Amino acid sequence: MSQTNKIAKKKDINQGSKVIKVILITVSILFLFIMLIMPMAVLVTYALRNGWEAYKKAIFDPYTIKALWLTLTATFAAVLVNTVFGLFAAWTITKFKFRGKQLLTTLIDIPFAISPVIAGLVFILTFGRIGWAYDYMKAIDIKIVFAVPGIILATIFVTFPFISRELIPVLNAQGTDEEEAAALMGASGFKIFRKITFPHIKWALLYGIVLCTARAMGEFGAVSVISGHLRGKTNTLPLDVEILYNEFKLSSAFAVSSILVIMAVIILILRNIIEYKAKRAGE
Amino acid sequence: MNKIILKKKSRHGKRVIPGFGISMGVTMTMMSLIILIPMASIIICTAGLSFHDFIEIVTARDVVSGYKVSLSCALIAALINCVFGVILAWVLVRYEFPGKRILDGLVELPFALPTAVAGISLTSLYSDKGWIGSIFANAGIKIAYTKIGITIAMIFIGIPFVVRSIQPVLEKLDKQYEEASYLLGASGARTFFKVVFPEILPAMLTGFGLALARGIGEYGSVVFIAGNIPYKTQIAPLLIMSKLEQFKYTDATAIALVLLMISFSVLLINNGVQLYMNKITNNN
Repeated sequence: MSQTNKIAKKKDINQGSKVIKVILITVSILFLFIMLIMPMAVLVTYALRNGWEAYKKAIFDPYTIKALWLTLTATFAAVLVNTVFGLFAAWTITKFKFRGKQLLTTLIDIPFAISPVIAGLVFILTFGRIGWAYDYMKAIDIKIVFAVPGIILATIFVTFPFISRELIPVLNAQGTDEEEAAALMGASGFKIFRKITFPHIKWALLYGIVLCTARAMGEFGAVSVISGHLRGKTNTLPLDVEILYNEFKLSSAFAVSSILVIMAVIILILRNIIEYKAKRAGE
Repeated sequence: MNKIILKKKSRHGKRVIPGFGISMGVTMTMMSLIILIPMASIIICTAGLSFHDFIEIVTARDVVSGYKVSLSCALIAALINCVFGVILAWVLVRYEFPGKRILDGLVELPFALPTAVAGISLTSLYSDKGWIGSIFANAGIKIAYTKIGITIAMIFIGIPFVVRSIQPVLEKLDKQYEEASYLLGASGARTFFKVVFPEILPAMLTGFGLALARGIGEYGSVVFIAGNIPYKTQIAPLLIMSKLEQFKYTDATAIALVLLMISFSVLLINNGVQLYMNKITNNN
């Protein structure tokens, strides 16, 4: 009797959990549908609202091409600088013991904590007309605020922690034994890095680069503060979207957005491939 | 043998792995040039301001209402994200169903999608003429250009933080505890809240803190849907932006400094909670 009761109860639980499963999956799908899929559907509809020709015209507009070029330049610079920094910072933090390590780790994360608008603001306060570095920069004839270097700097700033953050946990988990052994056998620092450390962090580095690219190409707030919105000169793709939108050229704005969406989708696919490969390499 | 050498070297204050000087040097130089020196400009700029003026700027009516809008919307959005974040993480880890991988990849979309693109898409979707906005408009509820719209944009950008914080913890969680709980006669809900939930709570709080900090500072995705009606839907980052456009640099910096302090306290409290949680679990 008690046996059958128990079985009945277990069936109940199974039945109940099946209902819950269906409910939870439905809730999840609904949530993602409303929050993520519908905005994308809106984007595609609006972009193609005035037909294929209008879409092509918006995309091949010379200003759009120039904006795309600037976005790619800034993204490339950010990835390059942050890769160098990420490698050095992760190596320093995980392979050596020194005082203030915790502080250093926290400082690297600053860009995560602050508003992108403030990230742009700090460069205006440094290099702008009221900035303390304005006269020095003028003396060597470099314009930073409302010019391309400022956009690149702001993009580097907001993506600064992305790569080191991916590398540090991997290197921490790996420990320092292998490097110490290599050092005792007389290998140079660079050789240790190339032969021992790098193979461990290959995938994490690629992963960090992908994340950094995603953020850099889409950065809006920081770049918006410092760019001055000169079309064809200091306008990145996201800023171009804003200008078109504010001029009520909705379908052009969405057409230009679609370029960014395609880039985002490529990044997501790359991210998944890297994650998959890294998992397989780990097994 | 190895150990002896290691000990000897460390006693002399030497490090075994070469290259400490150069890597520390490069790290600190880049960090100073890109982060520390520019950040110091905020302090330099506000230092020229008397305390009285500073207080006057940051307690102006529009500024206070800007902080309130940013904080309250970010808080509500982060709370909503906690609920849906737990559900999504649970569904993605525990259930098998067709399309799961797509759903999993989709969660990452707000990370990869430029904020301005998200902003204009959400605005068009939730405006009075948009697909969803028009339904609510018939019922007399305005979404775009109100605080509801701001909250929705913040939910959009915050959701991956919560899901991605909880997912790995849930994956590692041993199913045996739940099975034991079922066998001892606990209901599904009771098992979840007494056995599973305490395990994922620290991760959820991390996600909550990250989503909250991101929401407070968010600009791109919020600025379009906010509509920037003074005293109503003007967010704090936008105030900084408009002060800059009026060339009121010190005002902008003062507002930024308070916003910075708010974001840093959110993260500090978050870290404190994590430490506390770790202590509790370690004591057990």
